[in-house]
Amino acid sequence: MAMQFYASPEQIMRDRSELARKGIARGRSAVMLSYEGGVLFVAENLSSALHKVSEIYDRIAFAAVGRYNEFENLRRAGVRMADTTGLSFDRRDVTGRALANAYAQTLGAIFTEQSKPFEVEICVAEVGGTPEDDELYRITYDGSVNDEPGRMAMGGQAEAVTGALKADHQLDMSLEAAVRLAVRALGSVGGEGGAPRTIAASQLEVAILDRRRVGRTFRRITGAPLTALLNGSPAEATGTETPDPKLPATGPDKPTESAASADLEGPDKSTGSTTGGKDAGNGNDKPGQGKAKPAK
Amino acid sequence: MAAAFDPSGRLPDVFLNVGTSSFTQFLSAAAPDLLPGRRPLPPGSATGLVPHATTIVTLTTTDGVVMAGDRRGTMGNLISSRDMRKVHPADAHSLVGFAGTAGIAMELVRLFQVELEHYEKIEGAMLSLDGKANRLAAMVRSNLGAAMQGLAVIPIFAGFDLAAADPTRAGRIFSFDVAGGPYEEVGYDGIGSGSLFAKSALKKRYRPGMSTEEAIRVAVEALYDAADDDSATGGPDLSRRIYPVVMTATAEGTNRLSDAEAATVAEAVVAARLENPGG
Repeated sequence: MAMQFYASPEQIMRDRSELARKGIARGRSAVMLSYEGGVLFVAENLSSALHKVSEIYDRIAFAAVGRYNEFENLRRAGVRMADTTGLSFDRRDVTGRALANAYAQTLGAIFTEQSKPFEVEICVAEVGGTPEDDELYRITYDGSVNDEPGRMAMGGQAEAVTGALKADHQLDMSLEAAVRLAVRALGSVGGEGGAPRTIAASQLEVAILDRRRVGRTFRRITGAPLTALLNGSPAEATGTETPDPKLPATGPDKPTESAASADLEGPDKSTGSTTGGKDAGNGNDKPGQGKAKPAK
Repeated sequence: MAAAFDPSGRLPDVFLNVGTSSFTQFLSAAAPDLLPGRRPLPPGSATGLVPHATTIVTLTTTDGVVMAGDRRGTMGNLISSRDMRKVHPADAHSLVGFAGTAGIAMELVRLFQVELEHYEKIEGAMLSLDGKANRLAAMVRSNLGAAMQGLAVIPIFAGFDLAAADPTRAGRIFSFDVAGGPYEEVGYDGIGSGSLFAKSALKKRYRPGMSTEEAIRVAVEALYDAADDDSATGGPDLSRRIYPVVMTATAEGTNRLSDAEAATVAEAVVAARLENPGG
């Protein structure tokens, strides 16, 4: 019988980590940051069909870098989990924190149990009533979770990109300033001889979780509106940020009468109805008190 | 969630499989107890034990569709609810209304709404209007066992077809029976106990190419006619200010008329009937 080589657990974990880290660093970066009107996602992505950033639920989105097949699996799992929770309870009961926990457990289990870890790093973002209430969770290949302070970068030369972000990021930035900062940060690495790169709109995947909307807040920004944001023509950009304008959120999401998201009802006109207590009390609360922040 | 205890705490395999884009198919593997058609029912008939929802009318317009429903729920000869809501948005461009056992119908509508949103999120594209109608038919059919024990639910589905060649004919209506469907209807349709009278009214008042405003008026008139002759359908309740739920689905999306808007239409209909009770 052949002799089995002994490999210490430390060695095995180190090897797996190295494999995952190398795989993640090979790809291009993605940047997430809070701004005044929501949470912005910018990823370098040559494909317009294979997304790195996607919607999970009303106020939750998912971004990932690394191997597409692996994070696509996780994304589907997230949508399934969120929809199951939302159906069994209420739409307000789906939280980014629960999702981040599920991802962390899953990635952690895969890292220790399988011979090849997932070469992915993911971000779960939940938009809150104010930029301070936004939640950004970074979940790495080994299942560790970090709650990031309003901005994060992952994939590629993530540390350098984070450095560029940190210097200029403020929570009360406008969307335009946030997009330009994100693109500048992404372009700060990988240029010839350390020079900054210019990244064309066609190579970017940009999406936002819009703080002011009710119901499903996730929107992609593509085409002309994106070019306008990048070139900094604010008049055009503000007009295109909300191609399908809905009234801003006026208070805590109300319990849904059905499982559909609140934005399908049109502008919220049900307050002041005399039919009963279901909708009473909405509309007087200031935006920003909207969402209770889960304890950390 | 129906999963064996896994000490690693990871999501069960059924979540991570490539699987299907259909939420009901996913639930049938992951949590079948959440599906209304999957529960074993005790023998016997449950008719008369549960609230029933009644009349819904829907008609096509040049902009899309209008759907309106009365607010009454009945339990045998009693009124169980005066402000039941039976018309709901299914997704951004379609509406669903129901008649029959209210409890199961509410659950079916919730499930259908999640089904459409789930597909959209997983696939990054909306289901076609026919695809949505077929999914709803499958969900109604899965309730056949309960229907045979007196817990029938009949939905009606209408929406704006984004793939339509002619946008003025993009509004489409689908009806169902307890065994499924869908059956595409031309112009208008109604379901529920008062639909006999509502459809007779619509037959005389509907004409192709109506605007949304006209169609809303005609829909509320039809509900008034249904309430006139069917004890299980409620008319506009002016004293309590409970008016029919009226929703539209157009290229811009779905919209529910506010209470004030619905009141204006309903009061105009009632005022006209004071002049001429036959309408």
